[in-house]
Amino acid sequence: MTTRSSPLLSAARYLALALYLGFALFPLYWLLKIALTPDQLIYTEGTRMLPTLTTLENFRTVVFQTPFLSYFRNSLVVSLGTAAVTTLIAAGAGYAFSRFRFRGKKLIIGLMLVTQMFPLLMIIAPIYKMVAALGMLNSLTSLIIVYTAFNIPFATFLMQSFFDGIPRDLEEAAMMDGCTRFQALRKVVFPLTLPGLGATLGFVFTAAWSELLFALMLINSNETMTFPVGLLTFVSKFSVDWGQMMAAGVLALIPSCIFFIFIQRYLVQGLTSGAVKG
Amino acid sequence: MNVRTPTTVAPGETRARSPLYWRYAVEPFVYLSPAVILITLVMLVPLVVGISYSFQSIAILNPLKTGWVGFDNYAALWSDGKFWTALGNTLWWTVASVTLQFGLGLGLALLLNRHFHFRRIVQALVFLPWAVPTFLSALTWAWLFNPVIGPIPHWLAALGILAEPENILGDPDLAMWGPIAANVWFGIPFFAITLLAALQSIPGDLYEAAEMDGASAWQCFTKITLPFLAPMIAITVMLRTIWIANFADLIFVMTGGGPANATQILSSYVFTTAFRKLDFGYASAIAVALLGLLLVYAAILLKIRQKFVKI
Amino acid sequence: MARMELRNVRKSYGSVEVLRDIDLDIDDGEFIVLVGPSGCGKSTLLRMIAGLEPISGGDFLIDGERMNDVRPRDRDIAMVFQSYALYPHMDVARNMGFSMEIRGAPAEERARRVAEAARTLGLDTLLQRLPKELSGGQRQRVAMGRAIIRDPRAFLFDEPLSNLDAALRVEMRLEIARLHQRLGTTMIYVTHDQVEALTLADRIVVLDGGDIQQVGSPLDLYERPANRFVARFIGSPTMNVVPATGAAGGVRLADGARIALPHLGDAGNAVELGIRPEHIDVVGAGAGDLEATAELVEHLGSDTNVYAQVDGLGPMMVRVHGNIAARAGDRLGLKIQARNAHVFAADGTALRRAERSA
Ligand SMILES: Nc1ncnc2c1ncn2[C@@H]1O[C@H](COP(=O)(O)OP(=O)(O)OP(=O)(O)O)[C@@H](O)[C@H]1O
Ligand SMILES: [Mg+2]
Repeated sequence: MTTRSSPLLSAARYLALALYLGFALFPLYWLLKIALTPDQLIYTEGTRMLPTLTTLENFRTVVFQTPFLSYFRNSLVVSLGTAAVTTLIAAGAGYAFSRFRFRGKKLIIGLMLVTQMFPLLMIIAPIYKMVAALGMLNSLTSLIIVYTAFNIPFATFLMQSFFDGIPRDLEEAAMMDGCTRFQALRKVVFPLTLPGLGATLGFVFTAAWSELLFALMLINSNETMTFPVGLLTFVSKFSVDWGQMMAAGVLALIPSCIFFIFIQRYLVQGLTSGAVKG
Repeated sequence: MNVRTPTTVAPGETRARSPLYWRYAVEPFVYLSPAVILITLVMLVPLVVGISYSFQSIAILNPLKTGWVGFDNYAALWSDGKFWTALGNTLWWTVASVTLQFGLGLGLALLLNRHFHFRRIVQALVFLPWAVPTFLSALTWAWLFNPVIGPIPHWLAALGILAEPENILGDPDLAMWGPIAANVWFGIPFFAITLLAALQSIPGDLYEAAEMDGASAWQCFTKITLPFLAPMIAITVMLRTIWIANFADLIFVMTGGGPANATQILSSYVFTTAFRKLDFGYASAIAVALLGLLLVYAAILLKIRQKFVKI
Repeated sequence: MARMELRNVRKSYGSVEVLRDIDLDIDDGEFIVLVGPSGCGKSTLLRMIAGLEPISGGDFLIDGERMNDVRPRDRDIAMVFQSYALYPHMDVARNMGFSMEIRGAPAEERARRVAEAARTLGLDTLLQRLPKELSGGQRQRVAMGRAIIRDPRAFLFDEPLSNLDAALRVEMRLEIARLHQRLGTTMIYVTHDQVEALTLADRIVVLDGGDIQQVGSPLDLYERPANRFVARFIGSPTMNVVPATGAAGGVRLADGARIALPHLGDAGNAVELGIRPEHIDVVGAGAGDLEATAELVEHLGSDTNVYAQVDGLGPMMVRVHGNIAARAGDRLGLKIQARNAHVFAADGTALRRAERSA
């Protein structure tokens, strides 16, 4: 794009960007500030921008004196498991939508859209009954299965748009060169969709990392609790200890933020190639 | 030259389908079946069960009254004042959130679609709120709005918007702005990411051509950018509206639907009915009503899209 | 080396029939060019031969063996795509050697064959580059290299030159012709370009509306088009077609002129006369079969194009060899070379020439 903007305009642009940055980061700063403030100062210095005293005490307590590490590990297992399984399944479905014409395609896409439309709350009771009947309450596996199903529709549309961005000719050329369709997928399409796969992985990971309601229903043993549920127990069990809760929150933010910072570029890139075809 | 042999199969006549035909017919379903099976078992079957609840009385607190009740739940819904309040709130919550998220997201996408120093890092940081777990965002924003431990009421009072630094989450007239603010904060990145992707796929020479034709920046925006973004806008606005209308977590954590139901939206009403009152039948009826409204909305939007989106 | 037979091959997408009853025998080593208007099913036919598109009905045989259910990889056919379809993440050498890699050929042999092919195509210095670092013409060569390295029993080309500029197109056309001469492999080539079709083909297949309109050598099609469609499709500039009524030993045109056509057995049911621009001579006013006014005269150097308005008939185009002194507005006489004229019946079929039916 050509740019020939006046200095005034570009100053306004930088100002706008600064405002966006401030808006995005200030709440996170506040979270961090509370976590670093010693308990006795939380209320007295509540609205000061910078606390007069900072401490890592809250973090220490959270890590060593609460089951936080176990919550953290459970969340990691569930989120990574969900992300990996969902991406694999969604890649298959997205590939089918992108490359094949078949009977029932419209119907299946329609059903997937419907799953994006109703309040998930509506199925929480039926799912609870099913999981209980299978004797799978309190298991991380059941969480992974449920989360995977929830995330498949959107991940599928995402993957489809990535596949749409890869010319069909390439696969056909590979098949003429002697590949089976699956070989063509593995050797030609797959390496080209890596950014798309990364973006989908990250997207699903973040979604699974923060899910609360179903985890609350399906898990109530301390051993298999995920971090959002665990965080809630800070409210009820340990009388409300805000400093510790925020410290736990900050720690829990780290993996999803790191993951997200890495993938957001691919998310834009991948959608760009797909968006060309609308 | 062009020798015709007797036809082995008359046109239209069927004969045993060839193996390759089956391969082409079956192959898509090999790739698709895990997704379809999982969605059916974990979402669609429970959905049907959930819908059937709305025709039953399944109140845990009232176990004697269990069984099929026809449309009783819907009749009760019709004369339930709280339902209509929640419907109005849902509308307000959804429209305000989507409009602000979209407007600000579009602005951000336009800003990010040019080159400047540190663009990569700025982009990563402004998109960060999307990675924050909802529950944590809700808590953080509840803190920010609390006059004892958060700065926002003091800022608003200093700007003269509030008479004194009170907690707007406790004021029935203003409370809805709390969750809306948190929602906007959390949702801007979604629109910014998708719209930025769409912006980057607009061919640059279009702008050059327009500039040669003497188009102003504003004309470039309305005549090229917007029409190109239209398909992406239509689909994201639709998905997001539906998602936000269903999204009760922020409200649930920040206000619990209060004060005096001022922030109760349909989906949080579903939640409180199901898990506070344990009345699953009635909760399902509310949820089905919400689903019906969203389906109508989606159908209208798709029709409009068909009419206006040409690309 | 391959002889191909298509027997009543059909293709339909759902209820839409794209190709019906295609019968065609392709001889070993033949160069076949498929032409036809956009959307007539050329690519579809080519893709069915490649195995990329299932055949809805009929049989396709290579060397007598039925291929309908054989996967693309087992047909041993190479294809050059219009988009080239080079693998963006592999360098030129790996792109060219990919088919051998898939078949598990040893690395040394692969390298040898790639180097050999690269030498023939002038790609020696580019082997380590990625496709995005190549020019259009170089990409085209890589795509060809990828095809020839396999030594397949047939080559398919789908508009391989349409993304190149005019000069490069001529160069690559010659390259393909040389390739065919050297390898002698069966080739099937889809194009929009008349010149490519006429210069490359042993035989041209004209497709329209899902049917083969005519199959024949370039000269055949030019001199003896089977119907009005082929007549107007082959040859540039396009043949003039004017309404006519059959009469004894010739036709009568709308302006009253009689054209004697002794070479036609019977022109009794003719409704149209077709004459190519190069088969009309310009003579002095009053001396020809038709009277006309020149509307536009283009001097091309070797030829002159005259766009004429014929009295009582309408516009007609004339191409004269060399330069003539006509200018816009001049009155001209036009003389039709009767032995190169074509006449068409109401259903569009060309009336046979006497020498052919005899
Ligand atoms: N996947 C498909 N589904 C439905 N119809 C199709 C499909 N692919 C092709 N067609 C139709 O089949 C017909 C033939 O298409 P094809 O691509 O073979 O044309 P073509 O002769 O190669 O045209 P062009 O010269 O423009 O490349 C067209 O009318 C097209 O609309
Ligand atoms: Mg084609």
